[in-house]
Amino acid sequence: MLKIHQLHKSYPIGDSSLHVLKGIDLSVKEGEMVAIMGSSGSGKSTLLNIIGMLDEADEGEYILDGLPIKDLTEKKAAVYRNKFLGFIFQSFNLINYKTALENVALPLYYQGMKRAERQELAMFHLEKVGLTDWAKHLPKELSGGQNQRVAIARALAANPKLLLADEPTGALDTKTSYEIMAFIQQLNDEGKTILMVTHEEDIANMCKRIVRLRDGIIMEDTKVTQVRAEQYV
Amino acid sequence: MFDLDLWREIFQSINKNKTRALLSGFTVAFAIMLFTILFGIANGLENTFEKFFIRRAENAINIRFGTTSKPYKGLQIGRQIQPTSADLIYLKKEFGDNIEYISSKISRGYQVKYKKQKGGYTISGVSPDYQYIEKAEIEDGRFISLKDIYTKDKVCVIGRLVEEDLFLKESAMGKYIDLEGVQYKVVGVYSDGGGDSQERVIYAPYTTIQRLYLGNDDIGNISLTYNPNLSVDQALALVKDMTVKLKNKFDIAPNDQRGIRIGDGVLNAKKRLDNISSGLGALIPIIGFGTLIAGILGISNIMIFIVKERTKEIGIRKALGASPKSIVSIILLESILITAITGYIGLLIGVGILKAVGSSLERYFITNPSVNSSILLTATIVLIIAGAIAGFLPAKRASKIKPIIALRDG
Repeated sequence: MLKIHQLHKSYPIGDSSLHVLKGIDLSVKEGEMVAIMGSSGSGKSTLLNIIGMLDEADEGEYILDGLPIKDLTEKKAAVYRNKFLGFIFQSFNLINYKTALENVALPLYYQGMKRAERQELAMFHLEKVGLTDWAKHLPKELSGGQNQRVAIARALAANPKLLLADEPTGALDTKTSYEIMAFIQQLNDEGKTILMVTHEEDIANMCKRIVRLRDGIIMEDTKVTQVRAEQYV
Repeated sequence: MFDLDLWREIFQSINKNKTRALLSGFTVAFAIMLFTILFGIANGLENTFEKFFIRRAENAINIRFGTTSKPYKGLQIGRQIQPTSADLIYLKKEFGDNIEYISSKISRGYQVKYKKQKGGYTISGVSPDYQYIEKAEIEDGRFISLKDIYTKDKVCVIGRLVEEDLFLKESAMGKYIDLEGVQYKVVGVYSDGGGDSQERVIYAPYTTIQRLYLGNDDIGNISLTYNPNLSVDQALALVKDMTVKLKNKFDIAPNDQRGIRIGDGVLNAKKRLDNISSGLGALIPIIGFGTLIAGILGISNIMIFIVKERTKEIGIRKALGASPKSIVSIILLESILITAITGYIGLLIGVGILKAVGSSLERYFITNPSVNSSILLTATIVLIIAGAIAGFLPAKRASKIKPIIALRDG
């Protein structure tokens, strides 16, 4: 599904440069649920951004679903992002003047889907996250947990191969965090491959595999027994 | 290709961010309003200049004959120069197409009577061409005809005010007026945009005047219009040429200023006014254009601000798969739409202001300031182009936004 080989990334800081990723090797199979952990500055967000084609590596190989991701034009990157990837962010990143339904339908708009069709599909995904009654509401009228569910519905809308989550529970309280995690676990049960950055142990333990980063290298890569989130809800 | 969804996106963006749209729209509306008013005033000034020349044909000049002030070729000083109808033919022959209309003008004052009404009027003995030189509009009947010149009949064409003064409410047509004992038949009534005094003149065939009062072939002065296709400079050259040739013909010293005078004062004034109006004509578009540029810069600035404000949104859109092109279209079309609509509103306000205050500006030499439909059409096209220019840079900038930077939390 995803294969990374000797990935390097540096950021220029003034005259010198900061070597953030120092040769990452990682491969993720279909249906996996991986947590990337590490303290801040360990390079975990950079890695996720490169996987999400929001950033480009300086060196190394990145193959997504058999496609080498290298030297993409902006246009091509846009198409790949739309087709392969679904994003879930810590701060939800919903468009504030669009309703829940419109937000969910947006990736479908960029796929070129017809209006009636994409609204129907967006409604279907909203139903999946249990927000049918909130479809016409703006993000500011929804709670944090509800907003994150809208964001998940949006990430799912285009039916991506890989779901990328950057601290998806970072802005939520514990109870809501577990609700969201239960939901993400359910998506994984249905077969979605999920990659998630977090720095919370309990959240990481709800995944099936933990990759620990420190100073730009993978320190540890272990399979764990998944803790089900439902039991806390 | 019309993309309904794209327009929906744009309308939603404008609709949900009304303050923003209003703010940028205001700049454009204001700029276009100023632009319209400036153009209207420019047109008003031009109208004033045109009105200034309506008294006579713009290309009319007078040749006046007087007494010599210098001896020449053994001829004495103080000799009266007296042209005859042969000189009309000479001029016509000599200058051909450069002369459009030519007429003699024998003017003198008479007491004129009709029944109990009487008054002093100028009687001018003229040729049929004079109608066009003076720009006399026939209200009733006809002007002096060629046949009148040959038959030397006692007919006359009177000004509108002469008819009003002497005939009161009656029509003057076909009636006879008394010019110090001689009865003239009124064959026409004219009006003249040049003002009241121009409508208190009575025209008669110059040959009739010659026959009844002069007893010779003298023709008084000569009025003519030069070919309207000549430029002011060419016309001035023509006047010079004419002066030299006439002085030669009448044996007047070349440096004698009094024997023959050709009124090129109007031409000189016209030249000055042409300079002023072409100066204004050049200046006002520059000011107008400057205003427009300021408007474009204004909206461009606001669009840049808008892009900055929307950085996160654009980042989200890109993360969700928006191509750079679709980002450019959204920003660009929003800019064009705002510019076109608010610009049009500015245009309407400008036209409204011109209409409202237009008539009160006459004492500032501005007559009937207005913009015509071709300018409005041009302005509309300019608006759309302006919107595109104003939106282009910000749109380009927006399309270059990296989603990762836009999405960085906190």
